Amino acid sequence: MPTPANPRPGLLAKVGVPLLERLATPHSPDRYLEMINPTWSLREVRGVVTSVHRSAPESITLQVQPNSNWRGFQAGQHVVFTLIIAGVRRSRCYSVTSSEHHRDGLLEFTVRKGPDGLVSGFLHSDLAPGTVVHITQAQGDFVLPSPRPAQVLLVSGGSGITPVMSMLRTLCDEGYTGRVTFLHYTRRAEDVPYDDELTRLAAEHDNVQLLRVCTQEDNDRDGITGRFSADQLEQHVPGWRQATSYVCGSARLVEDVRALWAEHDLEHLLKAEQFDPPAAIVPTDGEITGTVSFSKSGKSADNTGRPLLEQAEALGLTPEYGCRMGICFSCTRRKTAGNVQHLHTGEVTTESEADIQLCVTVPVGGDVTVDL
Amino acid sequence: MDALRKRIVEDLGEADANYLRNVVDKQRKLELLGRGLLAVGIFPPAFVAGVGALALSKIIDNMEIGHNVMHGQYDWMRDEALNSLVFEWDTVCPSENWKHSHNYMHHTYTNIVGKDRDVGYGILRMSEAQKWNLYYLGNPLYAVALATFFQWGVMLHDMEVEKLVTGEKRWADTSEVRKKIVRKSMKQVGKDYVLFPLLSGPFAPITLAGNASANLIRNLWTFSIIFCGHFPDGVATFTEEEAEQESRGQWYLRQLLGSANITGSPLFHVLTGNLSHQIEHHLFPDIPARRYAEMSATVKDACERYGLPYNTGGLSAQLGSVAKKIIKLALPWTGRGDDKTPTAAATPQAA
Ligand code: FES
Repeated sequence: MPTPANPRPGLLAKVGVPLLERLATPHSPDRYLEMINPTWSLREVRGVVTSVHRSAPESITLQVQPNSNWRGFQAGQHVVFTLIIAGVRRSRCYSVTSSEHHRDGLLEFTVRKGPDGLVSGFLHSDLAPGTVVHITQAQGDFVLPSPRPAQVLLVSGGSGITPVMSMLRTLCDEGYTGRVTFLHYTRRAEDVPYDDELTRLAAEHDNVQLLRVCTQEDNDRDGITGRFSADQLEQHVPGWRQATSYVCGSARLVEDVRALWAEHDLEHLLKAEQFDPPAAIVPTDGEITGTVSFSKSGKSADNTGRPLLEQAEALGLTPEYGCRMGICFSCTRRKTAGNVQHLHTGEVTTESEADIQLCVTVPVGGDVTVDL
Repeated sequence: MDALRKRIVEDLGEADANYLRNVVDKQRKLELLGRGLLAVGIFPPAFVAGVGALALSKIIDNMEIGHNVMHGQYDWMRDEALNSLVFEWDTVCPSENWKHSHNYMHHTYTNIVGKDRDVGYGILRMSEAQKWNLYYLGNPLYAVALATFFQWGVMLHDMEVEKLVTGEKRWADTSEVRKKIVRKSMKQVGKDYVLFPLLSGPFAPITLAGNASANLIRNLWTFSIIFCGHFPDGVATFTEEEAEQESRGQWYLRQLLGSANITGSPLFHVLTGNLSHQIEHHLFPDIPARRYAEMSATVKDACERYGLPYNTGGLSAQLGSVAKKIIKLALPWTGRGDDKTPTAAATPQAA
């Protein structure tokens, strides 16, 4: 599949783009370029879906050819993926699962049918090749360091397989010789997307240790059963303390792994990405006070202690959002007054002008104003 | 009214989104066609067709797309390009200023003399409640000038020039608004009166004339539609006291009594941005305008049941009525009282 041409090489970009913008004002030139080819855009990353297939009973795998605005990614990163469903633009965060070195530059995503089902349900039943999607540049610091570490441990649960799959593929593609352990938890064996590919990679690369664990079945095909535990790790991955480790999955798995690494003072060797949204933690040091104001819309209400995104929505506002769990930054807005606390990091932001993520930020200690 | 609103809101979806995207598509095609034809405007038929296409494009951009998108009617689509927070329209008036004077001031304080600055735009005498003075002798003249340069009038609107004259507001207070105005209008002027003419090379004067004509047609059209929305005979204005502490029902009633519809074909409604359904628009400003036609049946029915006026008429009749009013109110002896003004105190069961 050839890369879609994009009208912006060299000199054209310097003279042509500003001229186009002047001519198209007040609209974006994209509004006219997309009449010729829907993936053309001066700055936005857009892509066309080239293939869709079912990779496990509940999982769908799709490949996207991005336009030339795409600046590449590092294994483990994600994008905010936007498409139109029943007239409404919907965004979700998905990790790229392909290898950094994929020769066609195709981006692959695997999406599990979720309980909310709106976007994943659409992808499963209605997505057809040829659909144009918008994606952001790759985001996130859940990535392999470069140069590569001597040993890598990849732990994942359920759909948390996606970023570490990209890491494994990337390491295999670049002929990495250090030890890689791929420890993946699912309920049932048939739920594992990429099952055949994993088997093949492990067979072809002596340095890859594959451990697929089924937590709800008596299935020990890789010789390992049961939920994640210190003993289990000790027994199957004795060298885990030396490995640079990654964990991606449910809150429970991530917390268990974090706790074990913390116990051994190894937090510096662990990177974690959590897949389900955190419960709003109300800061313990104070009661819920103050007023939340949204200056552009002129709306305000008493602070409820919920994340600002929810408080905005409760007032009828519809700010952009993506993941709703603090990883995609689509909900970032400017806070113009007041103090807020990040629910994950606990960090309190006090400077008057700061860009904050509405979905994981709560007001603390008094009134807060957001430019929305 | 609230029940009607709920029913429509629940029904919004793909058809409305597709409709708007389709209108945008038609508009941009007309725009490109117009620009293309004007580039070869040396041939008179191309010139005429080009002006027509470009004027249509600007009208659709301002009315059915711009006005309605900026009301947040399509915010639920979550499309950046069609969101009230970011949308800019093809006129010299910056959207942010307009949203303040229009969405907030005009729609909240509709037809309250002294609060709703759309009553005469601070230039004309459009209600007996505005005190006559010598200046208003020029009422018809000002109206013609305002119609001709309507986009500039709308642009200056948020500066509240009349308050500057009376000293209620200081020049320095307008610096924010002014900065935005200058930035936006430079871009608009740059495109219509510099860049596109330059691109047509030797035919620059022709393109320039074509662009100016298209802007003029758009100005006259939007002025007509907007003035027919609130100022034909039988449309009420209100005093600040009347509107104090009104209930939601009374608010609906004021919107109803303060607006007038224009009848016409479906295409006509699109070209007015469905402001031909001004009554429904004022009752439900944030509902996609393409729904007003279907909502009007219920509204009209409610009006009949409660014996309320539902002001509607053809474009020429409404326009004539507005023109008569403009001329009449230029004269000093037209004071308060020779028009029956329904008051907001009427029982608002209709809502
Ligand atoms: S929605 Fe993703 S950061 Fe908030």
